Amino acid sequence: MPFIPHTEDEIRDMLSVIGADSIEQLFDEIPAHLRIKKLEGIPDGLNEMEVSRLMTARAAQDGMPVCFMGAGAYDHHIPAAVWQITTRGEYYTAYTPYQAEASQGTLQLIYEFQSMMTALTAMDVSNASLYDGASALSEAVLMAVRGNRKSKSRRILVPTNVNPVYRSATKSIVQHQAIELIDVEFDTKTGQTTLDALKAYEGEDITAVVISQPTFFGTLEQVDAITDWAHANGIMVIAVVNPTSLSLLKPPGEWGDKGVDIACGDGQPLGAPMSSGGPYYGFMCCKKEHVRQMPGRIVGRTLDQDGKEGFVLTLQAREQHIRRSKATSNICTNQGLVVTASTIYMSLLGPQGLEKVAAACHLNTNRLIEKVSAVKGVDVLFNGIVFHEVVLKLNKPVAEVLAALAEKNILGGFDLSSDYPQLKNAMLVCATEMRTDEEIDRYARALSEIL
Amino acid sequence: MLIFEHTTQGRQNTAQAPVVNAEVNDIPVELRRKTAAPLPELSELQVVRHYTRLSQKNFSIDTHFYPLGSCTMKYNPRACNSLAMLPGFLSRHPLAPEKFSQGFMACIYELQNMLCEVTGMAGFSLTPMAGAQGEFAGVAMIRAYHDAKQDFERKEILVPDAAHGTNPATATMCGYTVKEIPTLDNGDVDLDALKQAVGPQTAGLMLTNPSTLGVFERRIEEIAKTVHQAGGLLYYDGANLNAILGKIRPGDMGFDVIHSNLHKTFSTPHGGGGPGSGAIGVSNRLKPFLPLPMVAKEGESYRWLTEKDCPQTIGRLSAFMGNAGVLLRAYVYMRLLGKEGMQRVGEFATLNANYMMAQLKNKGFDVAIPDRRASHEFIVTLKKQAKELHVTAMDFAKRLLDLGYHAPTTYFPLLIPECLLIEPTETEAKESLDGFIEAMLQIQSEAENDAEFVKGAPYTMPVKRLDEVRAAKQLDLSWVNQS
Amino acid sequence: MSEIPTDLRYTKSHEWVRLEEDGTVTVGITDHAQELLGDIVFVELPEVDMEYTAEDACCVIESVKAASDMYMPITGEVIDTNQALVDEPDMINSSPYDDGWIFRIKPADEDDVEQLLDASTYESEIADE
Repeated sequence: MPFIPHTEDEIRDMLSVIGADSIEQLFDEIPAHLRIKKLEGIPDGLNEMEVSRLMTARAAQDGMPVCFMGAGAYDHHIPAAVWQITTRGEYYTAYTPYQAEASQGTLQLIYEFQSMMTALTAMDVSNASLYDGASALSEAVLMAVRGNRKSKSRRILVPTNVNPVYRSATKSIVQHQAIELIDVEFDTKTGQTTLDALKAYEGEDITAVVISQPTFFGTLEQVDAITDWAHANGIMVIAVVNPTSLSLLKPPGEWGDKGVDIACGDGQPLGAPMSSGGPYYGFMCCKKEHVRQMPGRIVGRTLDQDGKEGFVLTLQAREQHIRRSKATSNICTNQGLVVTASTIYMSLLGPQGLEKVAAACHLNTNRLIEKVSAVKGVDVLFNGIVFHEVVLKLNKPVAEVLAALAEKNILGGFDLSSDYPQLKNAMLVCATEMRTDEEIDRYARALSEIL
Repeated sequence: MLIFEHTTQGRQNTAQAPVVNAEVNDIPVELRRKTAAPLPELSELQVVRHYTRLSQKNFSIDTHFYPLGSCTMKYNPRACNSLAMLPGFLSRHPLAPEKFSQGFMACIYELQNMLCEVTGMAGFSLTPMAGAQGEFAGVAMIRAYHDAKQDFERKEILVPDAAHGTNPATATMCGYTVKEIPTLDNGDVDLDALKQAVGPQTAGLMLTNPSTLGVFERRIEEIAKTVHQAGGLLYYDGANLNAILGKIRPGDMGFDVIHSNLHKTFSTPHGGGGPGSGAIGVSNRLKPFLPLPMVAKEGESYRWLTEKDCPQTIGRLSAFMGNAGVLLRAYVYMRLLGKEGMQRVGEFATLNANYMMAQLKNKGFDVAIPDRRASHEFIVTLKKQAKELHVTAMDFAKRLLDLGYHAPTTYFPLLIPECLLIEPTETEAKESLDGFIEAMLQIQSEAENDAEFVKGAPYTMPVKRLDEVRAAKQLDLSWVNQS
Repeated sequence: MSEIPTDLRYTKSHEWVRLEEDGTVTVGITDHAQELLGDIVFVELPEVDMEYTAEDACCVIESVKAASDMYMPITGEVIDTNQALVDEPDMINSSPYDDGWIFRIKPADEDDVEQLLDASTYESEIADE
């Protein structure tokens, strides 16, 4: 019996202690007519060899195209030590550290993670993670509504250059709480959110504004000016950032005069494989004055009875298992294992290593831009500096071009036509540190053959 | 010591970072970072040693019996991990076209179907990333269902007072008010109170069955009828699905929507608190509202269902496909078990729990609901010990750590004073169960002879009891920002 | 047995109320409530100048084991809050009726105070719990 250790003798002994004749009798409180006999739709069990064969074939079936796609999930190198340590049973098979004395490993690691995230974002505090970048943004919106006590409107400005699926997931999650998400259109020449577009809301009661740096298009926002404008108007600022960018770009804690109120994003670039979309994790940092509105678990450092340093889950009184219908969020689990990987990733790379990763991605994308700009039928859509990702405009429908690239085993980019039909034949392309010069040349050549 | 305290300025792991031959000089200085992030600087060996040593300060399933009630801490087969981490799966971009995704999508499609079969539901979406998100999706679908019928008067969700805290929190997130339904002393829902409570304002009832009290709700059909007749829907919190896997299906009990915690019932790892998966299943009437994405099969190939196929969907809850890697682990687990293995899960989880309950009862411990069968878990109440010996459930829990057992869930459900909620799971051998029972007896005798000793536990952990008041009052949440 | 001063008025949700000579009203939580909560670690004070209706949730008191809403005993406008609680929230534990006061309001109607429970009624309320 897979994973069930009982012998026939043991079963007999156990039943006799219980005073039952059979295991079946243990279910006698369940109405008999509701009981099922067989699970016809489930296949017979396989042994480990058979299932390995099946999965190996399926994994191989998906090929391993050369990846020039980003759009929220990035192909970065992950040092070998990261997942070897992360999948140690002591991390992999532990649960939420409710028994602090028996969970100091996980607790200290989360405290170190929180410290690293505050280092990267220049914010005061971090939580222990949320599900992913999209859920982090939706929780940030809920948090701003609770945190901005001067604003009563529950209206949030969301530029349309924020990742479209983050926007739609946020809408799904907050729509039942009478929160209004207001689209703010980007400038079609630069891909940026302009101050003029935001100023249209001046004088109205606005709870918060979201700023993505870089934007979904890779373009860079004027973060200082927007942050200062928002604060001058009593509007909280939520930053959505790519953590890889933060070793090159100004961290959200330093935007404008005061820094943003909440910074969030997806932690995938810091040590999580792309793996079909998850598990990743959402990170969330905030200013100290908002910490009691922050959802999710938080670890604090304290002392034990002997005055020795130790770590515990803290601020738990805000959580669902105590506050029930008044909790700040229904979130219980975080993405602990991926956070473990990320903490090890950041420790291994250190400040210089992370900066090299960011620089290599940026330089590779610049190289890609240079190469494809020379191809007839390709234009760079937005003028201005980009980080790590760029929108290309083609003279043919994108789907056709991507299909042709796929024939050459190239994952050519993300088709923007369904999320941004106004951009016409546009696609989003990314070259991380993983792409070699040779692969970038090959990409440009392939494009010129197709167009 | 924190990893930051091991730092030596200037130390680098050059083998892990890319080679950069040029300067980044095109980003305007006002958008650049001014000073390097204060992250640790260590060698690879130092990092490996630090995190290996930290891991050794954890209890885990791989190292200790972990009978944490309501959490289903069963063995996580290693094959599930290694096969989900095959390079082809890890390197697949979530937005890769279907051409590069057939292998992955086949697994997801089959997992959707297998979950329908074991729960008796008509459709499944795997995108919710945890039980709480599954709950959110489920209640949001209930709301979408009523809204689609232009029935806007249903503003109330009924929740038994024994429910998990997420239930009321979720209902609030979906814009509902919560009304609690009392529980009888025998663990069943107070049906008379329920009948009084339902009406045209009832959107639905959220129920865990077996309940958090570790007993099966015997009058489930009457409960379902009561709620349905009032026009409400029935939500199944799948936290305790392990108890009945292969024996009875939520769909057959009359539930309209369920979430299944794959990290409990289908043995994906808990990872120190996630990632989980709260896959969500529905009966036919809620199928149009399922969250995206889902996989459909056409001929021999698989494709993603989008908003075009499912115009009434409650939308997307995650950036991509939920916790895809967790889904693959659950898939491998289900294939290893197969139909017979899956039926045995509920059987042996129940056998282990009833055995432990009988033994503890025989040895003098008070069981919260003594005259009922245990489900896959049961509750010991230490009210007597707390009153007579001043030794609480918390003290027992801490002393258990010293004796090599992770503590059961304490102080949940809230209805039972000084409780330990014990869930052994089916993968634990009889000798572990006996060892735990011995440990409970040892603590009982220690408590009788020297209560103070038990109250000072644990003694053998890396730290003694921690000052939680200090932690909450003098917040120290980051090493970097010590003010 | 917890302390219940006879010169104050009370609510079922464990707030105490004192009508001051200048017509303002001081509000805090009772000795019994602080015992139930245990060590208080944080108070989220209401905003000054905000107007509340009786029974509105206006502030959150957080201990290690619970975060509890505090309710406005009578309708009125908040005119002052006890800033000392920001650094020393545990004053509510040590001195619930004096140093641990939480906020002051200008009542919409002074007579509302008289409608609240007197000490002996409150005492029998908590005896039933």
